[in-house]
Amino acid sequence: MAEIRLDNIRKTFGKIVATRDVSLTVHDTEFMVLLGPSGCGKTTLLRGIAGLEQIDSGRVFIGDKDVTDLPSRKRRIAMVFQSYAVFPHLTVYENIAFGLRMQRLPDSEVKKRVHSSAELLQITDLLDRFPAKVSGGQRQRVAVARAIAVQAEVLLMDEPLSNLDALLRLEMRAELKRLLKDVKSTVVYVTHDQVEALSLGDRIAVMKDGEILQCDTPLQVYDNPASEFIGGFIGNPPMNFLEVQLSDNAVMAGGASFTPPPAVRAALGNGARVALGIRAENIVAESVRTDGALSGAVLVVEPLGSHNLLTVQVGGERVKVNAHADSRFEPGQRIWLKFAPEKIRWMNRDTGRAIS
Amino acid sequence: MKSSNTFLRYVSRGLVYLLAILMALWVLLPIYLIGVAAFSEQLAVYKYPRPFFPSPFSTETMVFFLKSTGVAASVRSSVVVALITLSLSTLIGAPAGYAIARFVFRGRETFRLLVVSTRAFPIVILSIPLAVSFIEWGMYDSVYSLALMHTALALPFTILITSSVFASVPRDLEEAAMTLGCSQLQAFVRVSLPLALPGLAAATLFTFVLSWNEVFAAVILTVRNRTLPALVLTVLDVSPLPYRFAGGFFMLAPSLIFMLFIRKYLFNLWGKVTK
Repeated sequence: MAEIRLDNIRKTFGKIVATRDVSLTVHDTEFMVLLGPSGCGKTTLLRGIAGLEQIDSGRVFIGDKDVTDLPSRKRRIAMVFQSYAVFPHLTVYENIAFGLRMQRLPDSEVKKRVHSSAELLQITDLLDRFPAKVSGGQRQRVAVARAIAVQAEVLLMDEPLSNLDALLRLEMRAELKRLLKDVKSTVVYVTHDQVEALSLGDRIAVMKDGEILQCDTPLQVYDNPASEFIGGFIGNPPMNFLEVQLSDNAVMAGGASFTPPPAVRAALGNGARVALGIRAENIVAESVRTDGALSGAVLVVEPLGSHNLLTVQVGGERVKVNAHADSRFEPGQRIWLKFAPEKIRWMNRDTGRAIS
Repeated sequence: MKSSNTFLRYVSRGLVYLLAILMALWVLLPIYLIGVAAFSEQLAVYKYPRPFFPSPFSTETMVFFLKSTGVAASVRSSVVVALITLSLSTLIGAPAGYAIARFVFRGRETFRLLVVSTRAFPIVILSIPLAVSFIEWGMYDSVYSLALMHTALALPFTILITSSVFASVPRDLEEAAMTLGCSQLQAFVRVSLPLALPGLAAATLFTFVLSWNEVFAAVILTVRNRTLPALVLTVLDVSPLPYRFAGGFFMLAPSLIFMLFIRKYLFNLWGKVTK
């Protein structure tokens, strides 16, 4: 059992606060992704769990044990570094065996475990080589094999795919997912790539400015972003936001009226600025006027194969819309957009947070 | 257009090679001539034009030099001084270099500057007070005190070279070792040290050569226990020509041999570190 519990972790570098009293619980065998833009404190948090960063205050628990004051080697963790950190003076075999030798396992056991990890990562034929003689993608595999070989209860990964080229990254992403399902470690995975986060995580903790803004399943984070920032950061294209005005019993956005939930009306009644959020795929574009649709002018049409991405000018704002791949919209054309009502999210612009 | 580009590239490459060859000759030719003279018969030294090969080959000149009074003892002194210097400066300098490379501590930059600035004091100015102090402390005319002096001279280099060597070993590697069960010390011994070894070897050999060739402090601080350069320098103007050639060759031989050894080692492992 290796649940990770972070309790008010604070770390500052000089005047910069890297993590502001962050608390987070990662369940046993869960795959937790720390997602955020660079400088948001996600790597600091990970290094705090690893024991590579001395935290200023707060406690770190791994499997009910307070490890805050323990060095890395006593935390029963394994880590994959962004730079891979493969030892250049050791063969691939000895790299993978490194952690096992530190545990003073008998040679036969070392051999068995090195070979099984190498097989998992399909690098068995590289075992005798030195890291300088293998490619970047293979070095990455060595780093993962080395971390897996020690069979730690907690596996920490710091942007492990960010140094790979785009194709290799896709391949490795799928492979990591397959692999880590079998390994049954508790995983904390740091990335700034929202696609990686969505595809890998059991849960995603979205971070910004040293705080966790939202921690939920990928679907929830994508579908119900807790703030305008998250809606914009996750998903491609980012979520659309349209400012709305109160008008009698309804609110107006882009010339169409919507019936808001009471909380939104209350917020507007209190003088708050409110935005309506909707994702590109939840908008239907029509070339003829339909009831309750917003009218707009097509600015850009980007055929992406699976669909066409439209940029539409609606009043003073631009809206991204996914249109069918067979659609024949032209720039300059007047079109009507219909929002799926159940997919509309409401944001308080003054606090930046979702209204629920 | 294309052919003129290729032509220019050949010309510029040719010029680079020409320059390299000239520079190599500038250094190697005198060394070669000294070597030829050292392994010719004594009388051959006076021949003109200079023979380009030792003919007949003879160790007579070298034997003459090595058997000259004081040479054997001074070689022994030189080796002892160089070895002590090498050990001391590595023992003190490498940890200091590691500290500068790895840890951010208050006054690190000042310390670095201070280390370099010690080289700003010319040994010529320091020598008299040093000699006086050594006499007062009863340490004068001893290979050990000379080794101390050489250590002081070598330390700035050792510290700076080793710090850049350790800085070239990524911190990530040590951290990776620490997550795999190493303490800070074990991570250093198992990861940083092997990777830094070629650089450290270079630094030590540099120190050895520095001490082996150092003449000023040696002349000032010793009288009877002369090191080889000090001995050669003091008897130079009263020595026959063969003695000078043989002495010159004998003094530069260790540097040459060490450079040859270290070269391969350096290239091999440095490539790996930087990759």
